[in-house]
Amino acid sequence: MIEVSDLTVRYGGVTSLDGMSVTFEAGTCGLIGPNGAGKTTFFNVLSGFVRPAGGSVRAFDDDLLRMAHYRRARWGVRRTFQTEQAIEGLTVYDNVAMVHSPLRGAARRADVLAAIEFVGGDRLDPDARVGTLGAGQRRFVEVARAVAGKPRLILLDEPAAGLPEEETAHLTSVIKSIPEQTGALTILVDHDMSLVSAVCETTAVLDFGKLIASGPTAEVLRDETVMRAYLGTAEVL
Amino acid sequence: MIDTAGPKAPASASLMPRPDRPTLTRAAVITVLLLLALFALPPLMTGYYTDTMTQVAIYSIVTLGLGLLVGRVGMYSLGQQAVLIIGAWAGARLLFATGQPFILVMIEAGLVTMIIGSLITLPALRLRGLYLALITLMLAGAVTVVLATLNFPNGGSGFSGYNGSFLHIPQIRRPSFAGTDPAYYRFSVIVAIVMFLFVFAHLRARPGRAWASIRQSEAASLAAGINTTFYKLWAMALASFVTGVAGALLAGADHELFSIDFPIQNSIELLAVVLMGGAFALSGAVIAAFLLAFLPALLYQLWSVPNDWLIILFGVGVMQVLATAPGGIADQFPKDMKRLYRLIRRRLSRPSPASAPGAASTSGSASASASASPEGGETA
Repeated sequence: MIEVSDLTVRYGGVTSLDGMSVTFEAGTCGLIGPNGAGKTTFFNVLSGFVRPAGGSVRAFDDDLLRMAHYRRARWGVRRTFQTEQAIEGLTVYDNVAMVHSPLRGAARRADVLAAIEFVGGDRLDPDARVGTLGAGQRRFVEVARAVAGKPRLILLDEPAAGLPEEETAHLTSVIKSIPEQTGALTILVDHDMSLVSAVCETTAVLDFGKLIASGPTAEVLRDETVMRAYLGTAEVL
Repeated sequence: MIDTAGPKAPASASLMPRPDRPTLTRAAVITVLLLLALFALPPLMTGYYTDTMTQVAIYSIVTLGLGLLVGRVGMYSLGQQAVLIIGAWAGARLLFATGQPFILVMIEAGLVTMIIGSLITLPALRLRGLYLALITLMLAGAVTVVLATLNFPNGGSGFSGYNGSFLHIPQIRRPSFAGTDPAYYRFSVIVAIVMFLFVFAHLRARPGRAWASIRQSEAASLAAGINTTFYKLWAMALASFVTGVAGALLAGADHELFSIDFPIQNSIELLAVVLMGGAFALSGAVIAAFLLAFLPALLYQLWSVPNDWLIILFGVGVMQVLATAPGGIADQFPKDMKRLYRLIRRRLSRPSPASAPGAASTSGSASASASASPEGGETA
């Protein structure tokens, strides 16, 4: 369980997160909102790239904000990036194996291969050099890295952006089974509402750094405030 | 440190079951070349070229260290000359002051250099690119100034080991089994091989992965739990260690060390040849050493070309690398050779059906060259 209370982030005069308070219980949770709402900033706070001006984040009763950024991965935070960050010079195996893991030796190797198999199926060859792969496969490499090494909190930042339909469908089923496969709490940021409603039991909505709604995904997506802020439907009507 | 020992096994295990054909061919070629360098070359070389090739072997270790920093981690250091000087100084001092075996002194010089090199660059680790280059160049300048006042050890007493005399300078000793120049050349090549294998082992294991990821994306590295500062320091320590070993080796090769032989501009030349040779491949380090130590000697021997001309050549070379061949010669040469091979094969296979019916030789060759040349333009 992730408890965020009163989280505030300021970049100079811009308040990117404005007293955000939300609880992510378990399973896969969605985080949506218009561009510039603060979703990636929230992820950056959790991974330690951004120091908040105030507030706290308790993750499974640990104070996440007090850990150095590279230690958070050791604690169990994993993330993917909006612009995919698979390392071109390494093989798929090495790209996944570079993530911190409590496992050693053969167990670690098996865990890495299992993560590649779980995410890629037959789409990913562990020995292939990432520089030779297409954009979709690189996304899968990044997701595989996020599920390897006993994660506890997985942050997926627009994993389906730019993917063709068939691969999005595959990714949807992968993300759906992440909690079962890894036991980790997953937070998904995406603009693809069909993906969000397919995989997320609960969803939180950010707008201008403020939480405007949270709850079961279907209810949240029907919420009038959300529609107005995010989809602009109310204004159109 | 404990953290890193474990994961080496799975990484090498993943590579072990598949030594594919290109890898085997490459390994065979390297082995043959090394055997030639060790056994066939020494009897053929004059004293001049034995000395030159010894320098090539030694400087290949230096360029190996710098190539590691530049190509693998993306740290542009202009201080490697200073690091080399520290290694040479520590080696020479230990060789005069103690009766330890040469190999032990080499390792100690490497360790001393590693500690000093890492400590000095510790504050610079948060810097990248131009700023790191600038800081390390200043470091090289500072070390040169210190050296100008202290001088290299020459058998004197005290910390500096300099006896103030230009005459009766005792020679820096060599290992008992490598006293002659050809023997010392072989010894240098073997030390270089060991250093290359040492670095290669790092690249294949967890540090190699971490460095590759730091070079491309520090954010992704941090998100994966890689302590980027620690691994950068590790790269610096490893590069300093091998350069320190090279320094001690250089002390033995030259017998006498003079501060005037280590100008600060060598640091810039070092970076230039590493970029030209190819910073992303280990073979690039060897090519770089040939550019740095062999090419000037060859040009001087053949046409008495003074060393200073090389600076201009290197300048042009670096420009060419930055503009057209970022992988350097190590990357570009095989590509060009493949292209040439394809071109030749096509030229050879094309005219044979045309010339078979016994057409007039002049018109046959003209049409062959006419048909081949646009293709040449295409492939090039």
